[in-house]
Amino acid sequence: MEEDWVFAYDRTWEGMLTAVFDAFSRRCFPVAFIGEEEVRPLFASVHTVLTDGERAARVFRALQKKLSAQALTCLTVSMFSELPDLYIHLFRYVCKALTAEKSIETNFADPDVLFVTNTYRKVCRERLRMMQFVRFQKTADGTYFAMIEPDYDVLPLILPHFSDRFSEERWLIFDRRRRYGYYYADHQPVRVTFDAQDAVFRLPDGRLTEEMRDAEESCYQELWRTYFKAVCIRERLNPRKHKKDLPVRYWKYLTEKQKP
Amino acid sequence: MPLRNLFRGGTFFEGKSGRRGTSLPRFSYICGNGDGETERMKEDTLKKLRILAESAKYDVSCSSSGTVRRNTKGGVGNTVGGVGICHSFAEDGRCISLLKVMLTNYCIYDCAYCINRRSNDIPRATLSVSELVDLTMEFYKRNYIEGLFLSSGVVRNPDYTMERLVRVAKDLRTVHRFNGYIHLKSIPGASHELVDAAGLYADRMSVNIELADEASLKRLAPEKDHASVYRPMLYIQQGALESAEERRRHRHAPRFVPAGQSTQMIVGAAGESDRDILSLSSALYARPTMRRVYYSGYVPVNTADPRLPVLKQPPLVRENRLYQADWLMRFYQFRVEEIVDEAHPDLDLEVDPKLSWALRHPEHFPVDINRADYEQILRVPGIGVKSARLIVCSRRFGRLTSFDLKKMGCVMKRAQYFITCGELKGRGVNELHPERVRSLLTHKTSEREPDAVQLHLDFKEEPV
Repeated sequence: MEEDWVFAYDRTWEGMLTAVFDAFSRRCFPVAFIGEEEVRPLFASVHTVLTDGERAARVFRALQKKLSAQALTCLTVSMFSELPDLYIHLFRYVCKALTAEKSIETNFADPDVLFVTNTYRKVCRERLRMMQFVRFQKTADGTYFAMIEPDYDVLPLILPHFSDRFSEERWLIFDRRRRYGYYYADHQPVRVTFDAQDAVFRLPDGRLTEEMRDAEESCYQELWRTYFKAVCIRERLNPRKHKKDLPVRYWKYLTEKQKP
Repeated sequence: MPLRNLFRGGTFFEGKSGRRGTSLPRFSYICGNGDGETERMKEDTLKKLRILAESAKYDVSCSSSGTVRRNTKGGVGNTVGGVGICHSFAEDGRCISLLKVMLTNYCIYDCAYCINRRSNDIPRATLSVSELVDLTMEFYKRNYIEGLFLSSGVVRNPDYTMERLVRVAKDLRTVHRFNGYIHLKSIPGASHELVDAAGLYADRMSVNIELADEASLKRLAPEKDHASVYRPMLYIQQGALESAEERRRHRHAPRFVPAGQSTQMIVGAAGESDRDILSLSSALYARPTMRRVYYSGYVPVNTADPRLPVLKQPPLVRENRLYQADWLMRFYQFRVEEIVDEAHPDLDLEVDPKLSWALRHPEHFPVDINRADYEQILRVPGIGVKSARLIVCSRRFGRLTSFDLKKMGCVMKRAQYFITCGELKGRGVNELHPERVRSLLTHKTSEREPDAVQLHLDFKEEPV
């Protein structure tokens, strides 16, 4: 019986492409992917993929000949989901695309194509939700600050949107779960991290304390809460739809759902 | 205080000078530094905002779609286009995309269905132009809203009111360089010049028809008629077409109401049928620049008026069915005569209009998923635009089975009676009777049946 192979890699897009290169050059195709730091499985051989920019670029150039730009976006964006199930599907998608005569990107009857496309859709939905539900608070020095906890790592994807929208402001969006953020000033976003004992981790629901806030901040928050309550038509209450559109897991950081 | 001190230990500010943004002069009309005067002003604005939001909320339009505009240098905001962004959702399930307020809820008109009518004894308020502009900018910068939806009660005369609306939009666009979304109501009876001026600043404009039937409109709103609604609609259409023509010649000619116009009809306040409403919508959609018709189930705000029906609850299901029919006309290539006709002037409240059409026309089914045209697949209940596109793309690679369809997101519960895909030998709508299919699909299982595979142990109490 042939033995099963498991590939361990660094969970980057380049790592994935290198894995494809390795698979073709070694003629062994893995049955699963694990992260580099994960525990090795007992009954399978493990090959550790060493991410190589050159090999990845070679695979990518080959892929560009086989897939449209849209499909390539779909592949790269789906990586942001960080779903452990995704990697093997993604790998098989890339392998199939490379060996197929014509582009397989619209064959949604293929489970791998469908899985990757659906993951892409999920990431896009999360990205849209972050564009909707980011709530800035003005700090005492005029920076706008927002804290988020998205399901997928979509902060880099919403960056262009906010950079265009608030290009003259200084702002900071911080992903608490993944412990990094982007600080935008002088028309340039910078990736930032904070020490574990930093004040930013001591804000329970992302709300700035009184001395951190701008003097007018609480006033505008109050106005927004008032508006949110006033605009609802009581005769048409529909709590089920409300929770569907505005899932409870986002309420924590929403100004209108916080208590004054 | 620089941010560095706020988040102690921040590692990213090295080498960055905390340059003050090149922000515009501050307009602090609302919130001040906490002395008595500003405290009072804040209370005042809170009250006004509450009153005016409550007055504006019965207008259902809230979309921020239709325009794509990038930010300009030194400006604030952009407009993303596509389906727009909804920033929040109210507890009644409607989205909050725009700051929807009235400039004032004083009104000289006395329309029976409207909460702001002259004869109602409600709290009245007026926002000043600067207050509203400040509110919009501050809300926008906190990412609460996508822009402004501005409407107003009619004070003095239509032109006076319209001019104030235009001033708000103009201030936002020119003084504050606001590039977010602006939706302006055109006041019925406003002059052509003012509509033209408004169109240069607004993304979308709207005039509400309110009632599909002109006689009912005259009965319920004695000061209005359909002509006063259609005239501003025509002005908007004319302006948009002229601007499009102009922009073909000069790339930088100003845009005029780039997101087109919308309108709204109240459902259930007078005796009109769904056929009246949908025929009018269909005629409106045939016009250039008309993008959306909204349907608003009548909420009984003025219960004492003898001209209005007594409703226990707003007609929410009917409203939902009308929207579904609207979608069929806009995205599913249905004609209005197919959805409602003389024999069926009202939509079926029990099943959705697409299923209702399919049950009335079993001769169009079953549809072969692997061969039929896109248009035919679109007409299958349970298959939407997205699934239909996926089907058409995927079947080039091989035959599709019902399993694939399910994976793609088709609602097989409904679709199974109307399709064939080679292997499925189930009984379709023609073998069963349409009536039978209807009862199968509308029948609700009140309680979950116990799982047949699960062994059921019946511990009866032993008689002592």
